[in-house]
Amino acid sequence: MNNIIENVSRRQILAGAAFVLAAQVVPMRGLWAQDKKFGAAGMPNGTVNDPRVFLSIAGDGTVSIVCHRSEMGQGVRTGVPLMLAEELEADWSKVKIVQAQGDEVKYGNQDTDGSRSTRHFMKPMRECGAAARMMLEGAAAKKWGVPASEVEAKNHEVVHKASGRKLGYGELAADAAQMPVPAAGTLKLKDPAQFRYIGKSTPIVDSRDITTGKAVFGQDVRLDAMKYAVIARPPVYGGKVKSVDSAAALQVPGVEKVVQLPSPPPPTVFQQLGGVAVIAKNTWAAMKGREALKIVWDDGPNAAYNSPAYREQLLATARKPGKVVRSQGDFDAAFNGAAKKIEAEYYLPHLAHATMEPPAATARFANGKCEVWACVQSPQGTRDTVAKALGLTSADVAVNVTLLGGGFGRKSKPDFAVEAALLSKEIGASVKVVWTREDDIHHGFYHTVSAERLQAGVDAQNKVVAWRHNSVAPSIAALFGPDPKHQAGFELGMGLVDTPFDVANMRIENGEATAMARLGWFRSVSNIPHAFAVQSFVAELAAAAGKDPKDYLLELIGAARVIDPGKTSTVGHWNNGEDPEVYKIESARLRRVTELAARQAEWGRPMPQGSGLGIAVHRSFVTYVAAVVEAKVDNRGRVSIPRIEMAVDCGPHVNLDRVKSQMEGAAVMGLSLALKSEITFKDGKVEQSNFDDYEVLRIDETPRVINVHVVDTGFGEPPGGVGEPGVPPIAPALANAIFAATGKRLRSLPVKDQLRA
Amino acid sequence: MIKLQVNGQERSFDGDPGMPLLWFLRDELGLTGTKFGCGIAQCGACTIHVDGEATRACQTAVSEAAGKQVVTIEGLHPQGDHPVQKAWRAQNVAQCGYCQTGQIMQAAALLKQTPNPTDDDIDNLMAGNICRCGTYTRIRAAIKQAAKEA
Repeated sequence: MNNIIENVSRRQILAGAAFVLAAQVVPMRGLWAQDKKFGAAGMPNGTVNDPRVFLSIAGDGTVSIVCHRSEMGQGVRTGVPLMLAEELEADWSKVKIVQAQGDEVKYGNQDTDGSRSTRHFMKPMRECGAAARMMLEGAAAKKWGVPASEVEAKNHEVVHKASGRKLGYGELAADAAQMPVPAAGTLKLKDPAQFRYIGKSTPIVDSRDITTGKAVFGQDVRLDAMKYAVIARPPVYGGKVKSVDSAAALQVPGVEKVVQLPSPPPPTVFQQLGGVAVIAKNTWAAMKGREALKIVWDDGPNAAYNSPAYREQLLATARKPGKVVRSQGDFDAAFNGAAKKIEAEYYLPHLAHATMEPPAATARFANGKCEVWACVQSPQGTRDTVAKALGLTSADVAVNVTLLGGGFGRKSKPDFAVEAALLSKEIGASVKVVWTREDDIHHGFYHTVSAERLQAGVDAQNKVVAWRHNSVAPSIAALFGPDPKHQAGFELGMGLVDTPFDVANMRIENGEATAMARLGWFRSVSNIPHAFAVQSFVAELAAAAGKDPKDYLLELIGAARVIDPGKTSTVGHWNNGEDPEVYKIESARLRRVTELAARQAEWGRPMPQGSGLGIAVHRSFVTYVAAVVEAKVDNRGRVSIPRIEMAVDCGPHVNLDRVKSQMEGAAVMGLSLALKSEITFKDGKVEQSNFDDYEVLRIDETPRVINVHVVDTGFGEPPGGVGEPGVPPIAPALANAIFAATGKRLRSLPVKDQLRA
Repeated sequence: MIKLQVNGQERSFDGDPGMPLLWFLRDELGLTGTKFGCGIAQCGACTIHVDGEATRACQTAVSEAAGKQVVTIEGLHPQGDHPVQKAWRAQNVAQCGYCQTGQIMQAAALLKQTPNPTDDDIDNLMAGNICRCGTYTRIRAAIKQAAKEA
């Protein structure tokens, strides 16, 4: 077995591991076997569980807990500190959250992506809280001259039961700080049965600030004597300025300066795109100034990028044999001998994140140091990237994290912070770089585009005996180095290589594709195309067999067992970087969420003409999610979605309400991409500009009912991801529902007006 | 010199009269609760009240607001306890929160106009406000709750 998949964090790709390995340069193999680290340990700077880093208690009892992860709507500023507060026996109403600067040596990994915050920090946060609780107990016992075993911390005070004495956390804080931090092995963690917060629902800590306009996002940062900048960036990725005439721009009242920024050639990683920046005394003047620039661009080779032709090319590639990434049994023999052969091709376009808050960053460069305020998912990555761009060491760069007005992966790429830092250095003043919506749509890190071709052979009893899937999509790895022209291990591991079906003869392939745009991860990443193809195809097979799609899906998932794709894969089993012994693929858990969603949706109920139910299930970010979508198609081909039922098994959860809200949001994002959103390129330029032509779902198109059913696994399972895994099953469940409603099978997204009469 | 009332205070501006109110509020007055989302009145993140009407600040020139009463999220209620704000917190509507000030301003205007909105009323009057996090079902629930409690 050529087991070469790195436990790749999205930032580790920078180290080169992902694409080198995907390109099958194998010398790391021996190292890998010995050094393979899973989960949090495999992330840059791992985790820290020292309570002195994350916690302080004031004399008045106020507990300050540091949140080192970025808040983008997933509830992390509530959930992560809550885990510490739980073990601390703190009264949550006396807890204040302090947002950390980028400093991974101090806090551990801060890359807020990959649906990892709860999964990787449940243990260290609980350990921090438990250690601090024991220090408080120790301090009280010492004060009272009683053995520590006789005292107990409970709801913000330490109690000596025998004598009835009590001391509040505020009163004990100074003494507790002098106590030694208990060694990891001596920590007494709470019995989950005693949890007061974990597993319940807690309102987010920023709710009042958000509803009163006080919350500060990246766009909202204001420094004294700050300038405002907007930038004209090369319209084609890899392009650069040929010439610029800034005379008219400089005539615009309020415009102070025009600065050219260099355009590094691809692969650009997270560097700035370059172009021409207009510096002004307010945002409006900068925008007007930019309109007045006369720039001639050198577009470079990506000017040949045209989406319709590229689509045909991807589909043509998918029809040819690809690189085999998993093979079991003998697909060819089984397929050739099958009673019935079914095949289908699916296509999914590029997407833009379109966070409600367009990217923005503010920087102040002075005396050889730079301070940044920005809405970034990766504060340490931002720090390192900015330092490199300025020729400084990371120690001379400080990164302050604001709230993020949406992230979805866009804001884990700090190119906009680099722009602000370079400009501040250049003009010798504090500057905020504002991205407009057009900038955001034109200069994103796009979700990949893909063609997926599936073939199946079924026997006389309609059982699938042969399964082949060829997935063709340009790789995100092209952002970081020479284009591998194949999906990297982490992309293949997102619902392709780990197809969980009980089929004896299976061959999974990956055809070649060249990236011609700036690609990056988008919430759920490659799970989106893979799940759409696989889960649509299952329903197609069910229809061909004349069977119920839910029953057919369950049959393919098969009997209760652990699925180990690594056994037959040539690229290992990525498993989101988690230990496959701890995070197994369990068919029983797939079945359970499928059955739960179906039951809640009253699967099998009679549907009126033009209405139908569709089902899909997908495991991603080590979490299992099933969705049943109810679709209604009117006689003019307009689709509406009255109701969605989702079932999620993410192992133990911290904040039940936020698990539900993430699934609700994932349903809406899944419907957006299924129904409306599409980025296309013409001559290398993005054709869409704003929400009028890059459409996302609005309230009148959103199901009136989205119910989320969370499986209570207790703490017998390890925690899974929540932010992303809700998205992948939505689009295929919708396509399956449309098929049930109309008999029309949509194999290409978005739906847009494909059904219009 | 353009004069207008913002959250009950007299304000003046002598810059480009064509500057959208959005940037006057954000950059000149520091009222950053009014958000920039699209700049073309497609998303509603910049919704404010001008003489009581829900208005997109990105498409309203400062000059158009001359002599008018402008209310932003910061001025909706002195303690931040407008029934819509309270309902938003009770329903845990916000995810990232960026669009929510615009949603709240739009909803507050809706309820003034239509105190007991039906689902279709909510669809019609809130469809101009995008939430990329997808909090729409909770927005709907919060509007209904605010209507009940107002």
